[in-house]
Order: sequence, then structure tokens, then C-alpha cells
Amino acid sequence: MKRDLLNQLNLAKSEKRTVALLTDIESGTQELISPLEENAEHPLLPEIRKAVRDDKSYVHELSGSKTFIQIFNPPLRIIIVGAVHISQFLVPMSQLAGYEVILVDPRSAFGNPTRFPDCVINNEWPDDAMEELKLDHRTAVVILTHDPKLDDPAIEATLQSDAFYIGALGSKRTHAKRLERLEHVEGLDRIDGPIGLPIGAKNPAEIAVSILAAITDTLRNGAPK
Amino acid sequence: MNTLTKQDLSSGDLLATAASWQDAGKKVALATVIQTWGSSPRQAGSMMIIDNDMTMLGSVSGGCIEGAVIQEALEIMDHGKAQILEFGVGDEQAWDVGLACGGTIQVYVERLEAA
Repeated sequence: MKRDLLNQLNLAKSEKRTVALLTDIESGTQELISPLEENAEHPLLPEIRKAVRDDKSYVHELSGSKTFIQIFNPPLRIIIVGAVHISQFLVPMSQLAGYEVILVDPRSAFGNPTRFPDCVINNEWPDDAMEELKLDHRTAVVILTHDPKLDDPAIEATLQSDAFYIGALGSKRTHAKRLERLEHVEGLDRIDGPIGLPIGAKNPAEIAVSILAAITDTLRNGAPK
Repeated sequence: MNTLTKQDLSSGDLLATAASWQDAGKKVALATVIQTWGSSPRQAGSMMIIDNDMTMLGSVSGGCIEGAVIQEALEIMDHGKAQILEFGVGDEQAWDVGLACGGTIQVYVERLEAA
């Protein structure tokens, strides 16, 4: 690999852009393309875009030539709205699973570095925070405040984005009331609510496991439960 | 001693590290899983970087073939010709290095050119 190409890969990473590295594995020739840009051009563009969606690198064989299509997607992120007890478990678990974690809570008594060391904390209101964070197809949003005046704007903002997962904490009854309040909003069926896989979680740590499991399930298997 | 955090373990950060190794005057090779058949612990696109002191970061398997990949990488750092290495069941060398998971892996090893 040429150093210039490596620098371009590192730049794309720092700018959170999706790029594909194409390597002709017979000749070693390499090129880098930005497949999600509107004006992207390449004979293999449809295949590359599919690989981006699947986040799956593979060797493409076409009339004798073999091209390794290597996908570099921006990092997976989990945005947690609500610096609550469950979050104190979900933050480190998500980080261990490879996610960049951002915690959003305008109440600095909850969202502060004493309670959450080693985590990016955003103290904006959820709708402003969502706008700022530019939710993309590699982002999951977990809404945990239990307070409609924080939860609802977060849900509305998330449903306007490409976020691959949105889940909101609350019992069946709470969730039904939430859906009533938000009936004017499109895409409510995208919300995983009550949040998480049904594993019988009883305490904050177990609930965090069930949430991370639901996110993994959606990421790897598509469509929520 | 360098302290590695979990952030260093993703492919993107490996490449930043590869750049810094080269900037520090090391020879660097990149190893990338390009194809797998059957059971294998690391999927296509997984990477490992190696320098001429045999420092390695990242992985291309569960630890079964890294040693063999490093040996090849040291040669590739010198002659510069990229190679595809294949490890799998039925391959004597694979058994030697212990690809116990029962799969087959192809690893592309290349030199990081200075320019």
C-alpha cells in the first residue's frame, strides 16, 4: 500500500466518511473510492454500495480478475439520552463492544464526568444534541430518561435520521402512552419499545445487556424483534 | 511501554498506528483477511500490522496463524512483493501453526510503501 493511500484512509476515518479500498489481488493495484457520494463512479459501484450497507468486505470475482473490496465505514456509535443508572452500565459495555458512546443529558446533576468518567457528555437539550451529532446509518439511539419532555424530542429528532436503531425505555403502558403523544410523528414503528431483548432483565446491568443485545441483533440481523 | 486502549483495536486506528510506526523509521507490513471459508474467528477486512521488530497490533485469526503471518511479513517488508497466504485444514502448515477452528483463511500481506 502506498503511504499516500494510507493517509487518505486515515483522513476519511477522522472525517467519519465511508470509503472502499479496492485491491486487485493479482497485480496489487489499489484505489480508494467514496461510494456514498452522489457523483461516485465505478464499474463495481452497485456491489460496493451493497458491501457498505452490509458492512462486509469480500473478494469480487469478475471474468478472471479478483478485486478485494474492503469497506471502511465510520465507527459505530451509541447515543444514550439520559444519564441514568442503566447508563452507568450501558456506557462501558457499549465501549467494550466497539461503539463510540455519547451521553446526552441536559441535567448536569445526572450527566457529569464524576458519574460518567471516560465518556463524551453532551449537556444540550436532546433535539439540539441530535442535530449536532448528525445521526447516520452507523448510529444507534437509546432513550432512557423516562421524562417525556426529554424523551419525546429525542425520539422525534431520531426518527428523522438514518439511525439504524432507536429504543426507548418504558413499560408497555408507558410506551403506549408515548405512542399516543407522538401519533403525529412518522416512523413510530421503528422504535424498539419496551426497549431491549426479552431476557427477563431485573436490574440496571441486566437491562443494559438486553439493550446492547437488541442493538447487536438489529445491526447484524436487521429489523427489530 | 505503550499503553493500548480498546480504541487501538479497530482497523481504522491500526492504520493510524501503521503511519506513526513508519514515521518513526520502522518498516511496516499490513496483513488483511480477504476470504474465509467455514469457521474462522476474524471476518474479511480484519487487519494486523507488523513492524520490522515483530511488533504486531490487531489480528487475522484467534491467534493461530499470526506467528506464520509475521514470518512472511518480515520477508515482504524487504522484497516488497505482496502475497496471499492461505491457511486451512488439510494444509500441513496450517496444522503446524494450529488453525484449530476448522476453517480456511486467506490473508493478503503487503508492504507499506514509504511514498
